[in-house]
Amino acid sequence: MAAILEVSNLHAAYGPTRVLHGIEFAMEDGTITTLLGANGAGKTTTLRALCGMVKTQGEVKFAGERIDGKATEDIVRKGIAHVPDGRGTFVNLTTEENLRLGAYTRRGRDAVESDLERVYGYFPRLQERREQQAGTLSGGEQQMLAVSRALMLRPKLMLLDEPSFGLAPLIVRELFEILRTVNAKEKVSMLVVEQNAAMALDLADHAYLIETGRVVLSGTADQIKSNDAVQRSYLGY
Amino acid sequence: MDAFLHQVLAGLATGGIYASLALALVMIYQATHLVNFAQGEMAMFATYFAWSLINAGMPYWPAFLLTVVFAFVLGVVIERVIIRPVENSPVLVIVVVFIALLVILNSVTGWVFSYTIKTFPSPFPAEPIFGQYITSHGGGAIGVTLVVLLLLYAFFRFTPLGLAMRAAAQNPESARLVGIRVGWMLALGWGLAAAIGSVAGMMVAPIVFLDPNMMGGVLLYAFAAALVGGIDNPGGAVFGGFLVGVLENVLGAFVIGNELKLAVALVLIIGVLVVKPSGIFGKVMVTRV
Repeated sequence: MAAILEVSNLHAAYGPTRVLHGIEFAMEDGTITTLLGANGAGKTTTLRALCGMVKTQGEVKFAGERIDGKATEDIVRKGIAHVPDGRGTFVNLTTEENLRLGAYTRRGRDAVESDLERVYGYFPRLQERREQQAGTLSGGEQQMLAVSRALMLRPKLMLLDEPSFGLAPLIVRELFEILRTVNAKEKVSMLVVEQNAAMALDLADHAYLIETGRVVLSGTADQIKSNDAVQRSYLGY
Repeated sequence: MDAFLHQVLAGLATGGIYASLALALVMIYQATHLVNFAQGEMAMFATYFAWSLINAGMPYWPAFLLTVVFAFVLGVVIERVIIRPVENSPVLVIVVVFIALLVILNSVTGWVFSYTIKTFPSPFPAEPIFGQYITSHGGGAIGVTLVVLLLLYAFFRFTPLGLAMRAAAQNPESARLVGIRVGWMLALGWGLAAAIGSVAGMMVAPIVFLDPNMMGGVLLYAFAAALVGGIDNPGGAVFGGFLVGVLENVLGAFVIGNELKLAVALVLIIGVLVVKPSGIFGKVMVTRV
């Protein structure tokens, strides 16, 4: 299996505050990987660094090609869709306009129209709300919208930042089920950052544990799940 | 009554011009939260360009279209070359740049074309064609304004590029995450604003005559229009433009006299800022501290 993402010696800082201290990890094509870690460990920053949203040093390869130092919009155009924390909704636009923006870089009207139907198939609720201002959607619906908007790009890799944040457990389960389906059916690789470690490990094939800007543990999801330290600190056994 | 109707219609004609320029201000304000003080001078400069073309023998409408294109390019170039390097600077720096732009455009025009007042042709016939209450230029200007507004509305509402520009103005970070080149959307916004401004310039020049300072008063009315309607609301700015135009004319004719007309704009600006800073249709901004 080819690596879709290879990150080596990645450093990042907000002004003088250094957040990432040489993160290293890799992802195989078609798999789901999760980054676990406490608040402030650098999970969100890692995702932002991959998308060129913070200044970085180090090397990031996407499908064998260097993407570090590139502009966010150019990275996105290569097929990386980022579902940011806070969901990044265009609150004054309608649900459908939000979705169409997801396909902004794509050509071919028919494919975009059929993809609209495809995401409405995953999330029928969004179809009911297609003409509604996106800012008036509930938190769960906005998260569905954010995931759908990312899918409209037809990405090779999706970066999901805390998809479960602020959602009712039932909705989280539904959302994760759909992520699993998308991964299995459309072979979209996913890098998921989560505080809900148990859910993330159930979803993922591989996991990395990040502490203060470094990877301290890695392995398959099952290995990580059975690790004593992880169980104590993150799974609450 | 006849005189009143006449003043209202004349007010609508100039109001459309204020509305166009107010719309140009709002477009840039929405994307950057800055008021472009040089908007009027950019329009004036474009109008001189039109004057040169017409003087060189070009028929009016081709010259009109070429000027709109010229203004668009001018707007894009100004954003790319002058505004972009300072876009992350403190507000005061950008305001100074705007004022510098105003002064430079004004003096360069004066230097090239001289400060002598020139006449600018109207594309509409001299004899009244819209009835006895309104001059044909007034009626024509209203028509041109409405066409411009309709085109803009259709562009923003129905085209992918228009949608992308709205997205970039609203939420630049998310816009980048769907692959929109936000910097270029800003430049495009400047281009469109300048193009709209140039139409306003060409429509007002036959009324106020062409000289480098001709847009000073117009810009002030446009500010008042944008503030009255709500500086973040394009529809509001258009409404404000027509309202200010009518108020200016009616008050000038019947209440305060022509000499104090410009004061109407200032009183409106101050009044709105004191009573309802968000304008009639504007959103009230709430900021967490």
